[in-house]
Amino acid sequence: MTAIGLNRRDFVRAGIGGAAGLTIAIHLPACAAPGDRAPAPTPFRPNAWLRVGLDGGIVVVVDKSEMGQGVLTSLPQMIVEELDGDWSKVRIEQAPVGSEYVNLAYGIQATGGSSSVRSSMQALREAGAKARAMLVSTAAQGWSIEPSACHTENGYVVETAGRRRKSYGDLAAAAAEMPVPETVSLKDPKDFNLIGKPIKRLDLADKVTGRAGFGIDADTDGMLVALVARCSTYGGTVAGYDDKAALAVPGVRQVVQIDSGVAVVAEGYWQASQGRKALEVTWDRGTMAGMSSEAISKKFRDLSRQSGVVARDDGNAGRALRLSAKRIEAEYEVPYLAHATMEPMNCSASVTSEKCTVWAPTQFQSGLRTVAAQITGLPEEAVEVNTTLLGGGFGRRFEQDFAAEAVALSKAIGQPVKVIWSREDDLAHDFYRPASYNRLAAGLDSSGDPVAWTHRVVGPSIMTRFAAFFGPLPDGLDSTSVEGAADIPYGIPNIHCDWVRADVGVPVGFWRSVGHSQNAFISECFIDELAGAAGKDPYEFRRALLAEAPRHRGVLELAATKAEWGTPLPDGHARGIAVAESFGSYVAEVAEVSLENGKVRVHRVVCAIDCGVHVNPDIIAAQMESCVVYGLTAALYGAVEIENGGARQSNFHDYKLLQIGEMPEVEVYIVQSTEPPGGVGEPGTPPIAPAVVNALAALTGRRVRTLPIEV
Amino acid sequence: MTAFQINGRRVVSTSAPDTPLLWVIRDDLRLTGTKYGCGIGQCGACTVHLDGAPVRSCQTPLSAIEGKQVTTIEGLSDNGDHPLQLAWIEEQVPQCGYCQSGQLMSAAALLRDTPRPTDADIDNAMSGNLCRCGTYQRIRRAVHRAAGGGA
Repeated sequence: MTAIGLNRRDFVRAGIGGAAGLTIAIHLPACAAPGDRAPAPTPFRPNAWLRVGLDGGIVVVVDKSEMGQGVLTSLPQMIVEELDGDWSKVRIEQAPVGSEYVNLAYGIQATGGSSSVRSSMQALREAGAKARAMLVSTAAQGWSIEPSACHTENGYVVETAGRRRKSYGDLAAAAAEMPVPETVSLKDPKDFNLIGKPIKRLDLADKVTGRAGFGIDADTDGMLVALVARCSTYGGTVAGYDDKAALAVPGVRQVVQIDSGVAVVAEGYWQASQGRKALEVTWDRGTMAGMSSEAISKKFRDLSRQSGVVARDDGNAGRALRLSAKRIEAEYEVPYLAHATMEPMNCSASVTSEKCTVWAPTQFQSGLRTVAAQITGLPEEAVEVNTTLLGGGFGRRFEQDFAAEAVALSKAIGQPVKVIWSREDDLAHDFYRPASYNRLAAGLDSSGDPVAWTHRVVGPSIMTRFAAFFGPLPDGLDSTSVEGAADIPYGIPNIHCDWVRADVGVPVGFWRSVGHSQNAFISECFIDELAGAAGKDPYEFRRALLAEAPRHRGVLELAATKAEWGTPLPDGHARGIAVAESFGSYVAEVAEVSLENGKVRVHRVVCAIDCGVHVNPDIIAAQMESCVVYGLTAALYGAVEIENGGARQSNFHDYKLLQIGEMPEVEVYIVQSTEPPGGVGEPGTPPIAPAVVNALAALTGRRVRTLPIEV
Repeated sequence: MTAFQINGRRVVSTSAPDTPLLWVIRDDLRLTGTKYGCGIGQCGACTVHLDGAPVRSCQTPLSAIEGKQVTTIEGLSDNGDHPLQLAWIEEQVPQCGYCQSGQLMSAAALLRDTPRPTDADIDNAMSGNLCRCGTYQRIRRAVHRAAGGGA
C-alpha cells in the first residue's frame, strides 16, 4: 500500500480508483472501446458529424448538449441508421462550436425547445446516407461493378449477387477520395434497424462509474476555483468591499471584482467558500430593494384590468359571453420557479492574450463564444468551447451569466479558473419561470356547450432579453407568455386571449416547457371547470370539442383507455385528465390521486404521447417520466417567493424536490405515427399539473387555482 | 494531518480539519465521481461509504475520518460491474447522471444490509437522494433487479 501525501494542490494525479478523468475531465462515452486504447486514424470524414476509421470504428460528432435527454444516443442512431454502420463500433464526440453545427430550428448553436431530433433528423440521416453512398462507390469501383449491384449491412459493403464484401474500415482511406454526392435517397422506414428501436444509451457506462465528465469536473493545470459574492437583491451592485479577512483565509489567492459581484479565488471550493464568508461587501441594492411577492401579485392583479396585446381573437368573445346561458369566471396564479439543476451552475475558462478556452456545461455554444469574445476582446475564432456533460439543463444553461463570470475572471487573474456556484447561489440567481396572473371567463349555451372563452395573461416577457438572437417581439407579443393559452385546441367559436406585459425586474428565462408549463395548467383546469359547470364528464367534454384536433384527441383517447377512465377506483382516489400540445408533440396524462394525512399523493400517471416518427422509445418513456416528475414537483412544492427584491428560498430544505417515496407509477404509451418528429424533452411537463389538480377537484369538490397546490 | 484509506489506498491529507470530506475527495484527490449538490446534506449527491456506512461527505469533516475507510463510486467495483451498476444500465436509469453516484452508493449500502429490499425499504433508504431528472421509478426497478428479484 502506498501512502500518498496530500496537500490541496500538491496531489498525486494518478492511481486512486479510476484513473480516467484526472486531467481534462471531459470523459465522453467510449462505447465498444474497452480500455483506453488509442483509436485508429479516421481518414474518412465525409461531413461534420461523421468519421470512419481504418478499424471500422465510427465517430459520431454530436452537436447538441447532453443534459439527460439522450441526444448522445438518439442523434447517432439517426446517422448510423443511414450509414448502415456497426452500432457496436460507435464512439461519440462532442462538437466544437462552429457554423456547421447551427441548430436549424433557431439559427444558433444551441440545445433547447425540444428541438434536437426534429431539427436534425433530415440533416443527420442525409449525412449518414451520403457517407454510405461514398463507401458503396468505393467498393464498387474496386470490384469494377455498378454501385447498384452492391448493398450494405452492419459496416460492410456487400456484392449483392456475389460473395465479395468489404468492411467500412478497409474502405475508409479510399472513400475519403470520393466526391460527396449532391443528393441521396434515404431508407424506407420499414428497413430501419436503429430508428424506432429502444437502443441502450451510450453515455450510461460512464454515468454509473463516476467517470462521466460534467462541467464541475473540468480541470486543467493550474486551475483555481472561485465563488462569487453577488447581491441578494436583483439588479444590486457592489458599492465597496473589504477583502482583508477573505485574503487571510488559508488557500485564498485573490479577491477580484467582476460585473456580477466580487469573486474569491482560491485553491479549492472549500477555501473559496470560507474566503467568501469572510469577505465584506457593501451593496447598492438598487430599485428592487423593497420588492416582494405580495407586491408583484398586486401589480399583476391591477394590470389585469387593462387590456393587453391580442394573441388570438376568434369570433366575438365579448358578445358571446354576454349572450351565453351560463357564465364561468376564474383567476389563476402561478409563482416563479427555479430550475434547480442537480449540478449547480459552473464554468471553467483559461484566457491568454491569444486564446480563450472554455469548458462549459452549456446549452448555447455560439452565444457563449460571442460573449467570451466580447469579454476578452479576442476574435470569435480564438474562442474554443468545450461542451461538457450537463448535470441537468431545463433551459437554465441557455444563459451565459455563469460562463461570462469564468471568462472575465480568468482574463482578470491570468490563470485558468473554475467558477462554481453554491446551491444557494443557484437558487438566488436563477432566470426563473415567470410568475403570472390570469383572468378567465367562459360562456356555455343552454345545452352546456362552450360558446366563448377569454383569457388574459399578465406576466413578464422572457424573449425581450433575447432580441439579439430571435429579433424584437412580433407585434409586441411574447409568444412564450401565451403558448398553451392562445392556442387551445378546443372547438369553441369565440376565443379571445391577450397578454399584459408586466416586467418587474425579477430575472425570467426558459424553464422546461416554458409558457406551456403554466398555461397548460390554467387552460386545462379551466376547461375542466367548464365540464363541471356543464355537468359533463371532463374526458367526454374535451373529446367532443376536439373533433378538429385529431392528434390531441388521439392521445386523449389513448390515455383515457389505458387509464381505464370511468372505471371504479379505491375509496378516496380520483382521476384527472389533461391534454396539451407543445414543441410539436401531443401529450395526454391521466393522474390518479388521493389525500394521505392532508397531503396529495399521486399514485399512477398514464401518459400518452404522439411525437410523430420516433427514434428511441425507451428514451421517450424516460423523458415522459422525467417531465412528469419535473411538473409534479412544481405543482406540489415549487415556488420561489420574492422578499427584499431577492429569492426567499435558498436550498433544498425550502425548495423541495420530489423524493423517491413520492414517485407515482408512470406508464407511457407512444402513438405509432408517420408525422414529422416532435420534441420529447419538454412536452410531458405541461399536462401533469392540471391532471393532478383536476383529480383533486374530482376528489374534494374544491378547485385549486394557485400553484403550488395547497389542500 | 489526517490519515485514512480511500478505495483501498492509504492517503494523508494536510487540509484543514474542518474541510468537508467531499472537497478533499474532489479537489485534493481528484476523484470527481462524488458530486456537490447542496452542501447541507439535503440531496445525497455526495454520498460515500465511511467504514461501509453511507454518509453525506459534504457534512463529514476531515477530522472525523482519521483511520477510517472511505469508498467512493470509483471504488464501488473494479470494472463497473457491481450488480447495481449492471442493473442501472439494464434498466437505463441515468439521464443527466449527476446524482447517480450518490444514488448508487446509497443503494449499495441498502443491499448490503437488506439483500432483498421491499419498495418501502428502498424508499426509506433512498429518500435523501434527490434526482431532478426523475429517475426514481427506474431506480426502484434496478435495485430489485440487482437484488435478484428481476425487474
